[in-house]
Amino acid sequence: MAGISGKCAIVGAAETDGLGHLPDHTTLRLHTEAAVNAIRDAGLTIDAIDGIASTGRFAVDVAHDLGIVPQWVDTTSVGGCSYMLHVRHACAAIAAGQATTVLIVHGESGRSRNAHAPFRTDSFTPRGQFEQLYGVGPFYSMFTVPALRFMKEFGVSHEQLATVVTVQREWSSRNPRALRRELLTVSDVLNSPLVAYPFHKPECCVVTDGGGALVVTSSDRVSASPTTPVYVLGTGESAEHPIVSQMADFTSSRAFRVASAAAFREAGLRPADIDHLMIYDAFAHVPLYALQDLGFVGRGEAAGFIEDRNTAPGGRLPMNTNGGGLSYTHTGMYGMFAILEGVRQLRGEAAAQVPGVTTSFVQGVGGMFMAAGSLILSNAL
Amino acid sequence: MTSAKPAPEPTDETARYWEGARRGELWLQRCMTTGRAFFYPRRYSPFVTGGDTEWFRASGRGRLFSYIIDHRPPPAFGPGPNIIAVVELDEGPRMMTNLIDVEPDPDRLALDMDLEVAFEPRGDWAVPVFRPRGGSL
Repeated sequence: MAGISGKCAIVGAAETDGLGHLPDHTTLRLHTEAAVNAIRDAGLTIDAIDGIASTGRFAVDVAHDLGIVPQWVDTTSVGGCSYMLHVRHACAAIAAGQATTVLIVHGESGRSRNAHAPFRTDSFTPRGQFEQLYGVGPFYSMFTVPALRFMKEFGVSHEQLATVVTVQREWSSRNPRALRRELLTVSDVLNSPLVAYPFHKPECCVVTDGGGALVVTSSDRVSASPTTPVYVLGTGESAEHPIVSQMADFTSSRAFRVASAAAFREAGLRPADIDHLMIYDAFAHVPLYALQDLGFVGRGEAAGFIEDRNTAPGGRLPMNTNGGGLSYTHTGMYGMFAILEGVRQLRGEAAAQVPGVTTSFVQGVGGMFMAAGSLILSNAL
Repeated sequence: MTSAKPAPEPTDETARYWEGARRGELWLQRCMTTGRAFFYPRRYSPFVTGGDTEWFRASGRGRLFSYIIDHRPPPAFGPGPNIIAVVELDEGPRMMTNLIDVEPDPDRLALDMDLEVAFEPRGDWAVPVFRPRGGSL
């Protein structure tokens, strides 16, 4: 173990009371409700929180709303993996003595758009200059663009892409909080309406309202909380391109490779040491990239690995056990929910609990393969 | 007011690219140290620290690298499906584009098919788009 490995732990972890369709919850309230739930989960009060992290303006807004006096602030905003980076930065700050206990918070009225700033592209940005002019709009018109090249290079069939969905539905069908719970066959997926060929509706994330939050503190303070501590063993982050058309290699994410390698190095672990995996799945192709780029399988092996039920209930590498962004929830910046499912599995309190989980790898993606954040979590030091 | 496809609003870094497009020419930059072409336009070469660059007129030829068919396009690009493609230019860089003179049908859109540039007027400017080259589609 190296760096900040094992020096900090997640002692508070919670979502908003509801998840999915919450039209009377503003984006700010989704943040604050999740924050209060996580602080209570940690058995703490606002006086114990001296660090705050959220995307952009929300770090300051939430701290002020709740009466928190931060001596450490992180507003890192690199899309849906921002919260993985917040955890990494918080651990470094705590290890350096800049903060003792940090609140990391997400909330997003992604479906109801209640007091929620819309995604916009300014004309002077790279996207405004070189993508917006071709009709890109929502994420499904951008994030999906590299997929056909990946499928051609590795011989991935449309049926195999659909299998990412059908396997995750086996997980979400066991989770009462998941938005999409019905089991699907591969033909069900392929007979669904196309959103952006080759992606059908179930191969695109379920857009929801919700929030989630974490409380991170130093490992010598975990006894102050009633929860099972979830130690941060490894962390990594990277950034690649601002626009998806400039992804250097359409068959592999450099940001995934850089971030995950740093996390494994810090933890002193290898893929074979991991027994639970969360991969941010805004669209069905993302887990295929990450399984390969993180080193869980070789290049070109991801689709077969899923098809052979390795990631399904009972498989040797349970993946996206909440149902994922495809089926559980996807507020817009899903990364927080991927971390929270890793924490639940390690605490032994997940809806679809995997027996004996001791290490969980949580991989986030930001933007359209723009950025990445990796965490390796464990319930033991 | 009907929604029109957007026109580019050039910046200091991109003006030369867009002025070329307005004349019906595709212009790229290359690194003067390594000779490698790159996209999109910028102040320094991404291959050498602070490296100098030069502009050149590209061939306008490339191949279909990847694409989606957007079935829910923005109003100006609809109502039918809109092909959002990435072309790999013969000079090496890749760029996003739309495809013209071809149906938005996967059976007509084989990856690696040859493409050539065309220019679609947008207000006072023009945007590079691509069409199949030498085929009878």
